[in-house]
Amino acid sequence: MSVVGWIGVNVFRESVRDKVLYNLVAFALLMIGASFLIGQLTAGQDVKIIKDLGLAATSIFGLFIAVFIGIGLVSKEVERRSIYALLSKPVERYQIVLGKYVGLLLTLAVNLAIMAAAIYVVLAGIRWIEGATVTAGLETPLLDPAMLKAVVLTFVELAVVTAIALFFSTFSTPLLSAALTLALWVAGRFSADLRNFNQVVDSPAAAWLAKALFFVLPNFGQFDVRAQVVHGQAVPLGYVALASAYGVTYILALLVAAVTIFSRRDFK
Amino acid sequence: MKPQLQVPAAVAIAALLVGACAFFQNTREARYPLSEDTEESLYITSGKTLARLTRGYNAIAADLYWIRTIQYYGGTKRKAATSGAQAAGIDYKLLYPMLDLTTTLDRRFNIAYRFGAIFLAEAPPGGPGRPDLAIALLQKGLSERPDKWEYMQDIGFVHYWWRHDYTAAARWFNRAADTPGAPWWLRSLAASTLAEGGDRRASRQIWEQLRETAEVDWLRHDAERKLLQLRALDDIDALQSVVDRFTAASGRPPGGWEPIVRAGLLRGTPIDPAQTPYEIDAAGRIHVSMKSPLFPLPEEPQRLPPAS
Repeated sequence: MSVVGWIGVNVFRESVRDKVLYNLVAFALLMIGASFLIGQLTAGQDVKIIKDLGLAATSIFGLFIAVFIGIGLVSKEVERRSIYALLSKPVERYQIVLGKYVGLLLTLAVNLAIMAAAIYVVLAGIRWIEGATVTAGLETPLLDPAMLKAVVLTFVELAVVTAIALFFSTFSTPLLSAALTLALWVAGRFSADLRNFNQVVDSPAAAWLAKALFFVLPNFGQFDVRAQVVHGQAVPLGYVALASAYGVTYILALLVAAVTIFSRRDFK
Repeated sequence: MKPQLQVPAAVAIAALLVGACAFFQNTREARYPLSEDTEESLYITSGKTLARLTRGYNAIAADLYWIRTIQYYGGTKRKAATSGAQAAGIDYKLLYPMLDLTTTLDRRFNIAYRFGAIFLAEAPPGGPGRPDLAIALLQKGLSERPDKWEYMQDIGFVHYWWRHDYTAAARWFNRAADTPGAPWWLRSLAASTLAEGGDRRASRQIWEQLRETAEVDWLRHDAERKLLQLRALDDIDALQSVVDRFTAASGRPPGGWEPIVRAGLLRGTPIDPAQTPYEIDAAGRIHVSMKSPLFPLPEEPQRLPPAS
């Protein structure tokens, strides 16, 4: 296994030791509790609401993992001074950055896979308890495989968030990194509004600036296909591929910047 | 010394990658355009509940709702202008609830009352055509600030321009004039509204006063647009008499401007005050183009019957 791979596996082990996977227990309790409560509270929309809730919780839990572990990936090594031991080994700095990133991606992938499986298990449980009548009048199959498209795009979104957190953690404190990452995530959620900014402002300079910001800020809106999937609207594979290509390219840009900054950082 | 990625090279690579992101984004949007009919919705419709939820931050919440209102109004107006309000079933159903939430969160949000009333009263496709809600919004503002003569004046305008109720308009202008600090001309405006309601000169006087006293550019621009619409109405009256003369002489409507220009009755295609050519239909009636910023012209106020 390559150096990057070994570092990645160690990051994954560390996150398991840090009890990150405990969030899965919270997720499971939320899903089971919600499926019981919503069945009592709603009229005929319980499956839709459970799908909405499950996919939204997947995204929110993943976001917390990406941000709060991502910001500590590098800065924690510096604070604990374990970076000196790491750098004294035959390891390049770029390998440390990439290894840390791969490790957190692995953690996220395992989390998302288990949460997605939990959604399907809960839905299957509902059918088992309530019988075939539960599927009557649904817009989509109960165990719709299209939900996986939403999960895949959520993973790409979280991979971008992780890259942002890692980028900030190479030169900033954990608290500031968390604040900046969350701020960029919020801005990225609304960045699509910047595209039409020229229709509400008269100043060409402001319109140009908004357009530039639209292309520079991450556009997270494109990764959110949860509502479409739940309503049975088509999400073509081409869409998933292009949105993923955007995410991967954005991640590469962030990793180039993170590696450059980390390589030049003086730890004396 | 281990080789390191130089900063200029790293910046160039990152810039190239961001450029590639823009390429993927544009390609995706071109192939899979976003749905235009995303339904707008308000999750919280009770102003009191929202005020409780945002306690301590009511003013900033009001600002955010106000920005959302502007975006909703502008976006719906643009959609209506491009697709035709009736055909596409576009309405402004969230406009009043949004304004109500904004003004409940911040009960002294002056601009929300005044702009909001203009948005609400505007006839389709430029607005929902709800002068009743415009008046309700302004009266809500008055209940908070009973000394705000501008709200009374605006209610008078709504009665005059959109409801053609000159008695009510004059009553509100008089009530505004009675308020300390109100300008002197409100009294004469009330008198002329009662005497000449529906007269285009009286309408012009009202909008000129509003333009002169507007506190903000948007109100001034709106008044200027209304004045241009009145000028267009004057133009259309003058041009209609020319077209009618041509129709009487030739026995049929001209079907366009060219025959009238060739006959020497006009020097060229007439344009409206917003620099868009007037249009003439098959029956020989003249109107402003749908492409003109002045479209649609207001329904002309009905003249008061002569005093007996």
